[in-house]
Amino acid sequence: MYPVDTHHHLPPAQGLYDPKNEHDACGVGFVANINGSPSHEIVLNGLQILENLVHRGACGCDTETGDGAGLLIQIPHKFFAREATQLGFTLPSPGEYGIAMCFLPVDQQQRLSCEGVLERLTKEEGLSALGWRDAPVEVNAIGRMARASQPYIEQFFVARPAGMSQDAFERKLYVVRKRAEAKIAASDLRDRSFFYIPSFSSRTIVYKGLLLAHQIGAFYNELLDPDTESALCMVHQRFSTNTFPTWQLAHPFRFISHNGEINTVRGNVNWMNARQLILSSPYFEDIKALLPIIQPGVSDSAALDNAVELLVMAGRSLPHAMAMLIPEAWDADSTMPDEKQAFYEYHASLMEPWDGPAAVAFTDGRMIGATLDRNGLRPARYLVTKDGLLLMASEAGVLPIAPEDVEFKGRLQPGKMLLVDLQQGRIVPDEEIKRDLASRHPYRQWLTENQITLDNLPEPGRVMTTEHETIICRQRAFGYSDEDLRFLIAPMAVDGQEAVGAMGTDTPLACLSDRPQSLFNYFKQLFAQVTNPPIDPIREEMVMSLTSYIGTERNILDETPQHCHTLKLPHPILTNRDLEKLRRVSQGDFLAATLSMLFRVEEGEDGLKRALNQLCRRASLSVRNGYTLLILSDRGIDEEYAPIPSLLALTAVHNHLIREGTRTQVALILESGEAREIMHFSLLIGYGASAVNPYLAIETLESMARRGELPSHVTFDKALKNYKKAINKGLLKIFSKMGISTLQSYRGAQCFEAIGLNRELVDEYFTGTPSRIEGVGLAVLAKEAASKHEFAFRRVLDFDTELAVGGQYQYRINGEYHLHNPDTVSKLQHAVRQNSFETFAEHSRLIDEQSKNLATLRGLMELKAAAHPIPLEEVEPASEIVKRFATGAMSFGSISKEAHEALAIAMNRIGGRSNTGEGGEDEARFVQLPNGDSKRSSVKQVASGRFGVTANYLVNADELQIKIAQGAKPGEGGQLPGHKVDKEIARVRHSIPGVGLISPPPHHDIYSIEDLAQLIFDLKNVNPSARISVKLVAEVGVGTVAAGVAKAHADVILISGHDGGTGASPLTSIKHAGIPWELGLAETQQVLVMNDLRSRVRLQTDGKLATGRDVVIAALLGAEEFGFATAPLVALGCIMMRKCHLNTCPVGIATQNPELRKKFTGAPEHVINFFFFIAQEVRQWMAKLGFRKMDEMIGRVDMIEMKTVIDHWKARGLDFSAILHNPQVPGRVGRRCLIKQDHGLADALDFKLMELAKDALDHEHGAEFSMPIRNVHRTVGAMLSGEIARRYGSKGLPEDTIKVRFSGSAGQSFGAFLAPGVTLMLEGDANDYVGKGLSGGTIIVYPPKTSPFLPENNILIGNTVLYGATSGQAYFNGVAGERFAVRNSGAVAIVEGLGDHGCEYMTNGIVVVLGATGRNFAAGMSGGLAYVFDEDGQFQETRCNKAGVDLEMLFDPKDIEELRGLIEQHVEYTGSPRGKWILENWTQMLPRFVKVFPHEYKRVLGIVRSDDQVKIAPQLAASQKSASAAQRGTH
Amino acid sequence: MAKLTGFLEYHREMPPRRPVIERVNDWFEVYQDFPTDKLQQQAARCMDCGVPFCHTGCPVNNLIPDWNDFAWKGKWKEAIRTLHSTNNFPEFTGRTCPAPCEAACVLGINEPAVTIKLIENSIIEKAFELGYVVPEPPASRTGKKVAIVGSGPAGLAAAQQLNRAGHYVTVIEKNDRIGGLLRYGIPDFKLEKWVVDRRLDQLQAEGIEFKTNVTVGVDIDATHLLKHFDAVLLAVGAEQHRDIQIPGRELGGIHFAMDYLTQQNKRGAGDEIPAEEEILASGKHVVIVGGGDTGADCLGTAHRQKALSVRQIQIHPMPPEIRAEHTPWPMWPVMLRMEPAHEEGGIREWSALTTHFSGDENGNVKKLHGIRVGPKPLLAPVAGSEFSIDADLVLIAIGFSGPKRAGIIDSLNLELDSSGNAKTDERYMTSAPGVFSAGDMRRGQSIIVWAIAEGRKAAHHIDRFLMGGASSLPC
Repeated sequence: MYPVDTHHHLPPAQGLYDPKNEHDACGVGFVANINGSPSHEIVLNGLQILENLVHRGACGCDTETGDGAGLLIQIPHKFFAREATQLGFTLPSPGEYGIAMCFLPVDQQQRLSCEGVLERLTKEEGLSALGWRDAPVEVNAIGRMARASQPYIEQFFVARPAGMSQDAFERKLYVVRKRAEAKIAASDLRDRSFFYIPSFSSRTIVYKGLLLAHQIGAFYNELLDPDTESALCMVHQRFSTNTFPTWQLAHPFRFISHNGEINTVRGNVNWMNARQLILSSPYFEDIKALLPIIQPGVSDSAALDNAVELLVMAGRSLPHAMAMLIPEAWDADSTMPDEKQAFYEYHASLMEPWDGPAAVAFTDGRMIGATLDRNGLRPARYLVTKDGLLLMASEAGVLPIAPEDVEFKGRLQPGKMLLVDLQQGRIVPDEEIKRDLASRHPYRQWLTENQITLDNLPEPGRVMTTEHETIICRQRAFGYSDEDLRFLIAPMAVDGQEAVGAMGTDTPLACLSDRPQSLFNYFKQLFAQVTNPPIDPIREEMVMSLTSYIGTERNILDETPQHCHTLKLPHPILTNRDLEKLRRVSQGDFLAATLSMLFRVEEGEDGLKRALNQLCRRASLSVRNGYTLLILSDRGIDEEYAPIPSLLALTAVHNHLIREGTRTQVALILESGEAREIMHFSLLIGYGASAVNPYLAIETLESMARRGELPSHVTFDKALKNYKKAINKGLLKIFSKMGISTLQSYRGAQCFEAIGLNRELVDEYFTGTPSRIEGVGLAVLAKEAASKHEFAFRRVLDFDTELAVGGQYQYRINGEYHLHNPDTVSKLQHAVRQNSFETFAEHSRLIDEQSKNLATLRGLMELKAAAHPIPLEEVEPASEIVKRFATGAMSFGSISKEAHEALAIAMNRIGGRSNTGEGGEDEARFVQLPNGDSKRSSVKQVASGRFGVTANYLVNADELQIKIAQGAKPGEGGQLPGHKVDKEIARVRHSIPGVGLISPPPHHDIYSIEDLAQLIFDLKNVNPSARISVKLVAEVGVGTVAAGVAKAHADVILISGHDGGTGASPLTSIKHAGIPWELGLAETQQVLVMNDLRSRVRLQTDGKLATGRDVVIAALLGAEEFGFATAPLVALGCIMMRKCHLNTCPVGIATQNPELRKKFTGAPEHVINFFFFIAQEVRQWMAKLGFRKMDEMIGRVDMIEMKTVIDHWKARGLDFSAILHNPQVPGRVGRRCLIKQDHGLADALDFKLMELAKDALDHEHGAEFSMPIRNVHRTVGAMLSGEIARRYGSKGLPEDTIKVRFSGSAGQSFGAFLAPGVTLMLEGDANDYVGKGLSGGTIIVYPPKTSPFLPENNILIGNTVLYGATSGQAYFNGVAGERFAVRNSGAVAIVEGLGDHGCEYMTNGIVVVLGATGRNFAAGMSGGLAYVFDEDGQFQETRCNKAGVDLEMLFDPKDIEELRGLIEQHVEYTGSPRGKWILENWTQMLPRFVKVFPHEYKRVLGIVRSDDQVKIAPQLAASQKSASAAQRGTH
Repeated sequence: MAKLTGFLEYHREMPPRRPVIERVNDWFEVYQDFPTDKLQQQAARCMDCGVPFCHTGCPVNNLIPDWNDFAWKGKWKEAIRTLHSTNNFPEFTGRTCPAPCEAACVLGINEPAVTIKLIENSIIEKAFELGYVVPEPPASRTGKKVAIVGSGPAGLAAAQQLNRAGHYVTVIEKNDRIGGLLRYGIPDFKLEKWVVDRRLDQLQAEGIEFKTNVTVGVDIDATHLLKHFDAVLLAVGAEQHRDIQIPGRELGGIHFAMDYLTQQNKRGAGDEIPAEEEILASGKHVVIVGGGDTGADCLGTAHRQKALSVRQIQIHPMPPEIRAEHTPWPMWPVMLRMEPAHEEGGIREWSALTTHFSGDENGNVKKLHGIRVGPKPLLAPVAGSEFSIDADLVLIAIGFSGPKRAGIIDSLNLELDSSGNAKTDERYMTSAPGVFSAGDMRRGQSIIVWAIAEGRKAAHHIDRFLMGGASSLPC
């Protein structure tokens, strides 16, 4: 459909689409004969695994073309020997030859040319070619799109020279391949993009392609040949976000298959590129022949494979390479042996981790294994059979294996490795692998002798101190505003954390602002959504790290004590003393040079440019002279010299040294007066700084303390400590938003998008950073610096404010412009109250006509009037248009009952949609009122907290919205402080009054795109008539994510702007995360149209929409529906107090205080008036533009042009052509929603259940039946539960009315949302998400009675079991994976062991664990109870996160009775041997039980904590706590 | 960040006014002192709004939430600095401003608004008390000279700003004392004159030169100024009285309110008033025509002069006691306002149109005759509703229609706008190059805070004009 780029068959970048943004995730697995004996069965098993993982893949608009699938096996010698003979050449013995699997141009001429290159290079490297073989493929087995891009597939056989070891031969083949890749990429062959070598090895061979899993065997039919034998088979099924998947990007790669995403890939690749120039290895004479190590433009997985390959080829073992690239979370693990910690620390000095969710299977043909990322964010289950077969896959149950044959079932744990050594014929345990690695060298000794820390550097003679006399001048020069002090710095100094704000942002983008901005403000943070999860840096602190190792990097292919001659920094913020220590360092190689980053301000752009060039030259010189630390300093400004924006100075040097090839020889340190807020530090580090000394911020703290601007108890020392703490915490939060856990990986990863910087500037100084609408360059940056400089050196009178007022966070008439200002707010309120369209039109004029005050991108757009406007009365009526409107997701809890219900009533009256938000909904609202009104929110949101998400909640909806992110704080969770959780809110949210509630940053059942598909499927099962929408936030690449979401079968995709008005969000997030919806929506529309996915989904957008013109622009850019939140609230009386998080809303909207709620004067009519005004304006525009129906305007971007009349000193450089790009596609490709998604419900097992339970459903008669189950049966029980809820409401059926006995391996989401009255019994095992959202039903799982193993030692159920369960019971006779009972708010469960993060964020219910738990148990748990059998004392010692819970002995007879009763029940249901044993030895066992009792729960129950006797009155403690919680915010 | 829940804990409270019986016997200010702790509680009521609507009400852009916060915390130095950064003379506005900010206060939506004006006044008084208000002469002089004609609040604000920017400033006043309307227009019971003198001491100490008893256009030629000064700012006010042309207007005892008020202020300052010029209410039936602030000032003055009776009549119907529906928050509300003077007695007549006066044989007014006019149709006379009231002294307080034409305007041949005010471009420059205008003269009669705002803005533009483009003065 598109012209493809030269490399990967992806369309070239166009409009807002950029192939760089492609993501994938998938199903992965392998099977192996542990004893190493090859067999054809193994290959067949592999093929079958693939087929059973089909649901983890995806297909695009062409249902026969998958996103890619493949497998890797040992070279099947028997088969190839036979084939070779037929082709007229003879193969030597196994291992004596290698095979290149080749993808070649279809065109014969070009193919021959490629073959020639390969042959020639083979010869050049001293090898001899044996022959070629056309791989016979069955083209009819694959889809239309796959055929269109199918390469010619051949195999090339090369002989191993006599006397050459097999390892050396492998290296030769590697060199040949790398050289061939480089050569052909540089050639002028037209179809060079077809050339690709999936594998070239004497051990392994890869078969892959743009296939669906089941097509592999049919396509490569040699795989079905009985002679095709292997001892191992690694398989992969891909689900990519895009629909431009390619043959080459299918997995496996040469060594790995990957399920997950490398979030830091941009940084990793940059650093690899930087360090490849100092590579050397005795194994390679000319290592330059291997460059580039990372093939340009490949996927994150392929890049990782390139890195693995290099390390292995240069002599490291495969497990060693994996442990280096994807290390465990070692630095905070106090239980880890010191040797192993030293191993990891040593390697941390060598290179940064490749960070992100990852289940990686790896093999070199002799061993096969898998490893999991440090946080265990992907599932990986395995089993070992009695006859020596090892099977590992993303799911259990992918091969039918008789229970009695299973010797052991396990799961891969975070950071751990599973390895089979086929030569030794055994499984090597993780401890042994790591022990072997750790004992390779005396790493600890090396570290002790070589590593430097700040503490052991000598005290400097002189330390810079605060210059109080000049501080104001310098604050002015660096652009400090009064708000910076009050809103940003003071809260950090006082509370040790960043302040929270509310109601989003409505100030102009930096590139539109009339005021001088800091360069930092032109950047927006990227964040993880859908394709990988953000992390919770507070509750899952153990995986996070701010430690970094700086200094000269060395050849990573070597391993010497010198390699850890680094400076270890615990965090990146340097005090003045720290910096002086570094400035004067003279230990080993460490030597620091200070380079000035000032420029002569009167020389403007030229001066700035000259200063940057000089800075780069001096940096080069310093490197040549052996300096290893470069301190870039902006101290010393005066009347002549102004500071270069620190970020610009940094990136200039960083990129200059990268280009020069010397970047890894030095560390860059900033001595900056400019850096003060968290965003500044994250940008500096994200663009390569090792550490920052924010000297002026530090001086400001001292000055504030001295001037009494901080509370008296906050001394300067305390303030500085708190400030550093706040910055560090904030940094972790920003990393975690991207799903990155370590500073080492974040550094240089450039997780930002620029808005409004021109290409020239970005290419030169921010290479690789997306910046899509052009904008300002050096000239404007110089002017902004000059303007601040002029203000600085003007005399400060007592009649003058010392600093500019700011006005970013609060409106100030002489500060920054706000769209919601006194004029617009009051006009809107007057209009809706007086029902005056004229007044509303005045309001709209103020917002739409931005000629004076530019504020938004759409303000710069012009609508093209039609040549023939149509009469207004021919335009479709407003009553039709308002049906496209929705109100935003605001929870009952964040806003008052009165406000929430007024919105619902209004939207129901006009046929629009209101949204519950994430707080559940009172069931009483599901019933229509006598006057015909309804308070039922038609959109029910499903957010990460899953508050009140029951089967009954889900069936009472027309739309189910999965909130992936929200505009004001994408990538973050939230919390509702205990004092806001009153009785009613607690009831609706299924929690305990007074107990605080946390929404985790990620949905714990969505770590990847295929997980999202699963959740969509779950929800669709419960409520087949509801449409499923997915809420995303605009950022670069959101279009690609949306394509994945469309393929995951969402019906609606909502693209939210960055400016959304969430009630509580850290200021950094409000201001600096996400981008305007204009960009996100346009990108989404373009990518979906290009993929022909647009016709399957409806698009919605929101983000400070306020006028009819806003709606029209959104429609023309591609939206069918429109969300509004701030404006309807203003209509109801909101006056943008921006204090929603403080519960003091003076107009009764964002408050639960009964006194304040009385002040609410809003009415549904106000909201209705507002929406009809909007619709009326839309109609007026439609008439002008010549549209009769809104459908006609969707996606008509050709009707928009950029305003030419505005000549603004910054905006004049902007260019919207990317936003206004209209992809050229054939007429048959839809540009709006035209067809319904096929959700694939027809095959649901539940239809059978419902049929068998018909009597029970109709008449509440008991029903009991049995059936087999397989992993492809997903979400079993949900549709049945939805039906029960629909008929019987939340109370469901009487207990055990419907009993179903299953046997086999259940697919994902077994028993999801199970309703009361249903009992599911499963003999076998189950995958992830068992009992998700359990709503009152009972789930019982036990291993097959014929299984020989002990249940308590074996994995039984997958990850994230009972997530968001609200009631019901669950009995598990075996071990669960990670995150058991996460966010449980009412279920009672018993299990015999579990993985990390058990009971995380739990708020109610009871969990009994009869075996070992993983780490971080009870993190963020605020309510409910857990009883844990702590057999070895390790639970209390190291495994429980005690930050929020007390661990107690069981004294209370009631507790003891409860526990015993549950275990008895468990034994009765499952026959648990362990349960029996405990009961039989009850008196000895009881003392080993630990009661896990959350502090908050205790407080609410009025129990004084034993270690906390000082706080006698619980009420007092409560009020104190809530006051401080109020500062932290809510959601 | 102000006190989070202050608005829930404290109620609006103003300092008590002195008993009427006491205050009508003197000319001192009406309000009593207010304890500092109470004042701070009042400041704590400020909600530190995300969108402080009080800003829209305030012509000088006072940073109200910011200094409320400082006042709450007792940080008087920071408070006065912030207050002074937008307003040269908070002691004048703090006493006399009608406080549109309070009408727009967000708390005012459903509770009595924050006492912004009281807090403003308290901050500046604290600042004087604590010695924070000191002369701030410029560090260096630019050598440029500016003449400012008129010494009312606009002229004085401009003078202080321009002087601080380093220009030599000369203020020329036609009266014998500096202060314009502050001095002679506002009665002592609202603004005691030592308050003006106190500020003038500072201005003088900062190096501003004052020339009194000089009427430009009479004593010196306006064009002459242009030769001696680099820029001229005209801030002579809007002194062209609006009059009522009805039968009997020529009778004795009918005066313009401003003449009456000025005379009392001179008397208060110890000046002798020649008997033939005296306008006194003592023992008379006084009728004030016009319902505005000036009328209220006349009312209070007449009571203090021991009038026999005082009536204030105005043509408009009586406004509602609460905010009229067509002026919703945050607009300036149409509503019945009770000035302290109204507490002191007198009768307010609404919907009354004066038709003519009748007098005695000496040609002095004796009666005012009028007719009631309807709210519906608005201002239409109601047949048969004629009335007459005794009137020995009639004070006309129905406003002004721009600056007096004679003198400066004529001699410089300045262009006027459609309302008869001096026409300027957006830089406040009149049709005469180098001649600027500000205050009532430019925008028509208005309140003091507008005069200060205009003076400051004009100063900014004059500074730019003098310095070639850039100004260090805030706009």
